[in-house]
Amino acid sequence: MKVKNYLITASAAAVLFSSAPVQATQCTNDTWNKVMSRGKVVVGVKADYKPWGFRNADGEIVGMEVDIAKLAAETMGVELELVAVQSSNRMQFLEQGKVDMSIATMSDRADRRKIVGITQPNHYTSGTNIMSPKALGFKSWEDLRGKNVCGKQGAFYNQIVTERYGVNVIAFTGNAEAKQALRDKKCVAWVYDDSSIGSDLASGNYDDFEMPLRSEDDNPWGIAVPLAERDCIFGNFMSGLTFNMHQTGVLIALENRWGIKATQYLVDKQAAYADWLAE
Amino acid sequence: MLEVITEFFIQLADQHPRWNFIFFYDARQWNRIVSGFQYTVWLSVACLIFSVIIGVVGAWLQGAQNLLVRSLVQGYIQFFRNTPPFIQLLFFYFALGQFTPTITGDDGWTEIPLISSVGWAIISLSFFAGAFNVEIFRAGIEAVPESTVEAAESLGFSRLQTYSNVVLPLAFRVSLPALNNNLVNLVKTTTQAIGIAVPELLYQCVGIWNDFPSALYPTMLVLFVTFVCLVGLLVLAMGKWERVMKIPGYGV
Repeated sequence: MKVKNYLITASAAAVLFSSAPVQATQCTNDTWNKVMSRGKVVVGVKADYKPWGFRNADGEIVGMEVDIAKLAAETMGVELELVAVQSSNRMQFLEQGKVDMSIATMSDRADRRKIVGITQPNHYTSGTNIMSPKALGFKSWEDLRGKNVCGKQGAFYNQIVTERYGVNVIAFTGNAEAKQALRDKKCVAWVYDDSSIGSDLASGNYDDFEMPLRSEDDNPWGIAVPLAERDCIFGNFMSGLTFNMHQTGVLIALENRWGIKATQYLVDKQAAYADWLAE
Repeated sequence: MLEVITEFFIQLADQHPRWNFIFFYDARQWNRIVSGFQYTVWLSVACLIFSVIIGVVGAWLQGAQNLLVRSLVQGYIQFFRNTPPFIQLLFFYFALGQFTPTITGDDGWTEIPLISSVGWAIISLSFFAGAFNVEIFRAGIEAVPESTVEAAESLGFSRLQTYSNVVLPLAFRVSLPALNNNLVNLVKTTTQAIGIAVPELLYQCVGIWNDFPSALYPTMLVLFVTFVCLVGLLVLAMGKWERVMKIPGYGV
């Protein structure tokens, strides 16, 4: 018992460094007020995830999620600054205040909700699939057992496919390296979001490859604000914006604009949130 | 006792969601840490040995009569010392990796390279640290008095014999403190192998804190503690070596 007490005291000192989870009883709206007073919102988006967030020929970050960020900034009446984040640092950037909000292809997971304020409703969804050479003709996930599959650090399903199918995931730090390793034939497939693989295949650079399996673990994406402000102005604002984007079909239009294969998810959401008075 | 610790960390994670020491109660995560640690130690030891060998041989070749050999060594040093180790790593793995022999896998498509990513990491990091070691040993060699070399030559020693029996033993002692520094750097540089997906400690830790965001601080703590210990151990061993090799009366 004594040992226990000692350990708790020791760890308590360490805990001081961290921001303890804030109960949403009192809203200080720090981030929201900061955004309003400086007239600029800083949003973390992806820069290597075509076409949700990527760099165009001029080096600007553009894409479907960037358009959502633009819409949010416009509605708030502030300027927009984009910060390129990665899967492995997007939550930390938000926590440390490097960004005010994150719209970065992030799957909405229970353990992530403990760290950042993921707002509802979700704005998109994707499942897990693989890109593999047509020559190998994979038919099911079981075919991958014991094989080397390239992946990316930070994807939650790396662990799932490892444990469920005994796949040996070799995780690279970036998408570019992972795809290069696949082209170099260092692994038999690349495990990633089906939506992203779909747009890669459509780009025409991967003619010898296919997305042969049934997508698994379909997981909605979430927009994240600081955890303390999820149930305050910022979080409620983003919830409302997302709801309206579903109801008015903005998200479906954006999907269309960026040439993304239409997902049933957005159609279902629009139907679910339909205005009962609309003709 | 073990159960008490497990119980404590489960409770701690429950009360403080930022301090989830998951590897202390989840065997799978614990195994990731252990396997990452093994890779880091293996990388460090292999690179230490190879880089010292490269240093010794390189410094000897630097004193060669042949101009071509001397310029080759110089070129090697300039290339590896003046470019970032991370870029070297990517270059070795992705660019040179395409020209090394491969074995076609059972499926008829995959090409398993003879040199794995771990192999490339060892090669690349050894050459990187080796370039510095050559210069370190050269400084040591230059500190050996000319008269000592002449004395050896007058006794009929060949160039190789002079180097291995007279110059190197003395030069090595002079070089040890600087070598110590460079090897410490080398151990820390092994973390860059994450760039080519070598499953060393940093790779496993990033994996864990991605799978369990609540374990970010604890895994960072593991990284710091491990490297402080690893490097501390190395410095201790090098210090001991220095003392053992000390020649009474010789001023180093």
